[in-house]
Amino acid sequence: MRPFLAAATVAVLSLAACSGGGRDASDADKSGGGGNAPGSSGYTIAFVTHETPGDTFWDKVRAGAEQAAKDEGVTLKYSNDPDAGKQAGLIQSAVDAKVNGIATTLVTPDALAGSVKAATTAGIPVVGLNAGIDQYQKLGALMYFGSDESLAGTSLGKRIAGEGAKHPLCVIHQTGSVSLEARCAGVRSAVPGTENLQVNGADDSAVTTTLQAKLAQDKSIDYVVTLGAPIALDAINAKQQASSAAKLVTFDLNQEMAKRIKDGQVEFAIDQQPYVQGYMAVTSLYLYLKNGNDIGGGRPVLTGPSFVDQSNIDKILPFTEKNTR
Amino acid sequence: MSTSPGATAPAAEPAAEPTAGPAVGRWLRPGLHPRALLARPEVGALAAAVVIFLFFLLVAPSFRSFASFCTVLYQSSTIGIVAVGVGLLMIGGEFDLSAGVITTSAGLVNSMFCWYFGVNLWVGAVLSLGFCLLVGFLNGWLVMRTGIPSFLITLGTFFVLQGANLGVTKLVTGSVSSRDISAIDGFDSLRKVFASSFTVGPATVWITVLWWALFVGLAAWILQRARTGNWIYAVGGSADSARAVGVPVVRTKIGLFMAVSFLGWFVGMHLLYRFNTLQAGNGVGNEFLYIIAAVVGGTLLTGGFGNALGVAIGAFIFGMTSLGIVYAGWDPNWFKAFLGVMLLLAVLVNTYVKRLATSSTRFTPPPPEAPTRNPSPAGPPPAEPSPAGPSPAEPSPANPPSREPSSRGATARGKED
Repeated sequence: MRPFLAAATVAVLSLAACSGGGRDASDADKSGGGGNAPGSSGYTIAFVTHETPGDTFWDKVRAGAEQAAKDEGVTLKYSNDPDAGKQAGLIQSAVDAKVNGIATTLVTPDALAGSVKAATTAGIPVVGLNAGIDQYQKLGALMYFGSDESLAGTSLGKRIAGEGAKHPLCVIHQTGSVSLEARCAGVRSAVPGTENLQVNGADDSAVTTTLQAKLAQDKSIDYVVTLGAPIALDAINAKQQASSAAKLVTFDLNQEMAKRIKDGQVEFAIDQQPYVQGYMAVTSLYLYLKNGNDIGGGRPVLTGPSFVDQSNIDKILPFTEKNTR
Repeated sequence: MSTSPGATAPAAEPAAEPTAGPAVGRWLRPGLHPRALLARPEVGALAAAVVIFLFFLLVAPSFRSFASFCTVLYQSSTIGIVAVGVGLLMIGGEFDLSAGVITTSAGLVNSMFCWYFGVNLWVGAVLSLGFCLLVGFLNGWLVMRTGIPSFLITLGTFFVLQGANLGVTKLVTGSVSSRDISAIDGFDSLRKVFASSFTVGPATVWITVLWWALFVGLAAWILQRARTGNWIYAVGGSADSARAVGVPVVRTKIGLFMAVSFLGWFVGMHLLYRFNTLQAGNGVGNEFLYIIAAVVGGTLLTGGFGNALGVAIGAFIFGMTSLGIVYAGWDPNWFKAFLGVMLLLAVLVNTYVKRLATSSTRFTPPPPEAPTRNPSPAGPPPAEPSPAGPSPAEPSPANPPSREPSSRGATARGKED
């Protein structure tokens, strides 16, 4: 036993002797710097989203909100629940806690209407972000920051139509999501041959095989449109497996995706700039409370669609590494 | 280990099956009798698999190629590898709801540890294996120690792992996905082990398919030939009776939980080395797919009955159905609905075949067996005490509940040959 242990220890130590490709220790935590002490402005803002835990997109929304809170000395209370009823409960509890402002996604307007109304009757200003562009005013929210999903879909569709797309495949990775359906509908409005496909977004190998099966089944697919960066990475694998020549375009951006755009495996990404959504939602409340500002003048403020392709990737790549784009 | 009939029979026989005579066991030996063959757990699943396979051959032209078949096999293997363990565990009478997220945990531990400290990936892989085995051990130990149902214990583990996956990933990498590890030493060799592929003609065969076959074979061997297999059936049929005849119940069950986490680790390694990065929220929901595969494959939800081949066929049915719908080019909005119908049909066919088998064998075996296998009419206690008599190993004598494990035990024992 003992010689075995000794041998194992030696083996581990020698393997452990530094290896490339890992974390660059020098880049660790140089972020931050500046900013006000939390709460120095005296405001507390509740930030409620329908984030499904573990999605890189929401991570950026939150990062933006936190940076804004830091810059403006606001105390931020972040909470999230993908279930509409529970999200309504989270808004209600923010009202009960008498926060100074509420920023929330309005992904399921009907379910959230009651608690948003409770907030406005209690005199708490509400701003919407990310989802609910058509309903935010009806619900009584003051401002809205986000992308118009149909507009984003249409913009993407027009661009690939210009490149000659005839039969794109639009990959929906979350069953029953209104905003994902809206994106695909937008693509279809520009390219009538667009077809939808459902995949299980929580399992990379299932996404890959489903896409691979679809690409093998229908060789006429010329564009694959994914609606999230991690799904696009799976699509790259699936395309290789099915030896498909379809071009790949995607919504949303992350660090990996930025690299794939740079090396040409992905044509372009449509970025709705989630960091900006989070940052602006907090900032607008701050300005409203402090200065009475009304950003957008009663109209939604669009954070996208912003195209990321080989022409501008060099500028954007460093930001993805800092998790701000 | 020892496979001589003398050694195996006493372990399982009085434990799970005290009343029905050895005659039944002989009757149900595989291959001896066509009806006995039908009573094997995997036969219903096999029939369902054949029906579904023919169905998709008919309706989906692109399903008909060897390449498609290999894709289906790959999809099945990523479910099937863990399902083997989950199936064994369910035969042993327990559940593991943490089996889905542990695949993600396994990959994350390996990936983040090596990325953060810049060490060879093999170190992380071994560390991750240790971590997973520890989780499995804790699951089993807590279940045995507290007596709380494994459903609850592993639900707790499920939440802990899910939260820790997110929290720790965010802490270490500053994002909710792990970093790309493909440039770290050891990547290429690990990828060869866990995520390589080779081509056969136009088709790509992933190495997970081979690993899957190996694990299924190993599990089948353990269940049918090794003493451990008898223990697994015994603890799943009736843990108390098993304990009474000296089966190491605690050791067996903890071992089963550890087997599940080992296989979860294995699939986690595959995902990591195939996709380079992992999203911390992934893996949730797959635990049900493993359980579905096991159940479709003839494993009883109540434990004590099932086999490895059945579970493999169950996983294959899932892979075939989920991809067959795509190959058929059906409206994707109906995906889940089709899937549900397919799975229900599979279970129905499965149950039907099994009932056919048991109802026909009811008339063939020796007289004393008939009442014990027939649940409702005719056979209340009168027939019971006569043949084998109340066995001393049986703690609760001859009341109706004792019949259930006994009929299962008979079939299970029949398979051990």
